[in-house]
Amino acid sequence: MIKIEAIIKPEKANSIGLALEEAGVGGYFLSNITGKGNQKGVEVTTGRGTTKITRSSVPKTVITTVVDDSQKQKVLDIVLEYAKTGDGEIGDGKIFITKVDEVIRVRTNETGKEAL
Amino acid sequence: MPDFDSGSLAWMIVASALVLFMTPGLAFFYGGLVRAKNVVSTMMYCFAAMALMPVIWVLWGYSLAFGEGNAFIGDFSFFLLNGINMTSPEAGSEIMFVIFQGMFAIITPALITGAFVERFKFSTYLIFITIWVTLVYAPVCHWVWGGGWISQGVFGDQGALDFAGGTVVHLNAGAAALVAAWMVGKRRGGAAGTIVAHNVPYVILGASILWFGWFGFNAGSELAADGIAANAFLTTNTAAAMAALTWLVISGLHTGKMSAVGAATGAVAGLVAITPACGWVDVGGALMIGLSASVVCYLCALGMEKSGVDDALVVFGVHGIGGAWGALMTGVFASEAIGGVKGLLEGNGIIVLEQLVGIVATFLYSGIATFIILKVLDVIPGLGIQEPENIEMSGLDVNVHGERGYVSDGAD
Repeated sequence: MIKIEAIIKPEKANSIGLALEEAGVGGYFLSNITGKGNQKGVEVTTGRGTTKITRSSVPKTVITTVVDDSQKQKVLDIVLEYAKTGDGEIGDGKIFITKVDEVIRVRTNETGKEAL
Repeated sequence: MPDFDSGSLAWMIVASALVLFMTPGLAFFYGGLVRAKNVVSTMMYCFAAMALMPVIWVLWGYSLAFGEGNAFIGDFSFFLLNGINMTSPEAGSEIMFVIFQGMFAIITPALITGAFVERFKFSTYLIFITIWVTLVYAPVCHWVWGGGWISQGVFGDQGALDFAGGTVVHLNAGAAALVAAWMVGKRRGGAAGTIVAHNVPYVILGASILWFGWFGFNAGSELAADGIAANAFLTTNTAAAMAALTWLVISGLHTGKMSAVGAATGAVAGLVAITPACGWVDVGGALMIGLSASVVCYLCALGMEKSGVDDALVVFGVHGIGGAWGALMTGVFASEAIGGVKGLLEGNGIIVLEQLVGIVATFLYSGIATFIILKVLDVIPGLGIQEPENIEMSGLDVNVHGERGYVSDGAD
């Protein structure tokens, strides 16, 4: 089993979520975060609408899901397809993949693949 | 003392409630503009004025402002409203006047708080506005509305025109705000110009409530339900709209984005500037005042951001300069057909000089008196938050009030 965490633009979260459901991925969760990647930041208005400044913390969304190894490529394909802006732009995000040792469903005590 | 018929009395009851409602509106306006960690603290500065000022007003505030006294200040003849007609069938007029004027004494100190939000010690604040309303607001109110020296005229018989409080309320608060922001020092944890409004919908809500309440403030200041009150309502609405529109366009041209906070601020600047004028000018004058006030206050807001004084929510720029500009323009655009007094455009230049006297006197008196009051309070008990590195940085809400504006614990 693997955990896939994709940092994406917040406005892409809906379409990725829908595609994951269609592909039969059991579940995922979304977290709204702010932070800074290699890009320089985002422009906002400050004062009384009188000045523009660059803020280094950019709003992003993390979509996290844990799937069986067999579904890994399907999930990655979906994220790579739907998270891209056009042919890909700065700020489209990153994907992190980690191994998951164990999964337990609280209700039934099931473990492993059955618990997903 | 006004003599209300039943129609006017009914209007003044409503108008007084409208003016009170401006203070919570101001709380939302200011609350949205600060950082999330200080939203409760910022709104409490305003709400606390609603708790404190009415008590002082009935004790000695009204008496010092409207007691006969001398040209400078009233007296204690109406202490605890002794001597106010409370029982006869005609009592409504006097009581209503006390109530209506009392609402102005609530919002004026609340306006000042925008200058020192996010860092002023709350207990000191309560002492400060108690002293300030006694030694600054009451005298200035007496000068202009209580039969004092400004109302008597310096160069002629017609004193400076201030229909609803451009100098008494806005310039007075703006001057105090400038001094207070300078004396308490800058906010920590955000270099000037990098702090952004945490809740723009609050700012829009607050500005809208202010706009709504301002009809009581301005049209109510006619102290009657008549044609001048209706004209004041119209000029108020027109100037607010024109100023909001102007600010929106300027910020669009200047920064490339039409800022919502800018539109809200423009509306307030227009409302401030029309305040002294609303019963003296016609709708054409209102358009000019709204437009010019937005331009002047925009430049001021921009200038304050670059200055060394951290007037956090641009109280001096919007209320101080806006109030002074509106008072000056009242002298320019006053129309004999509306309020019976000619302005500069109708050939009466003297009135502009009277306006200038009112502006300069209010600015100097408020600025200097506020400086002295805060200088004393700086020794005991201190102006700023103690342990600023801890308390100011982590926010006043949790540390001063033990509450948070937005609770998002998992367990909730």
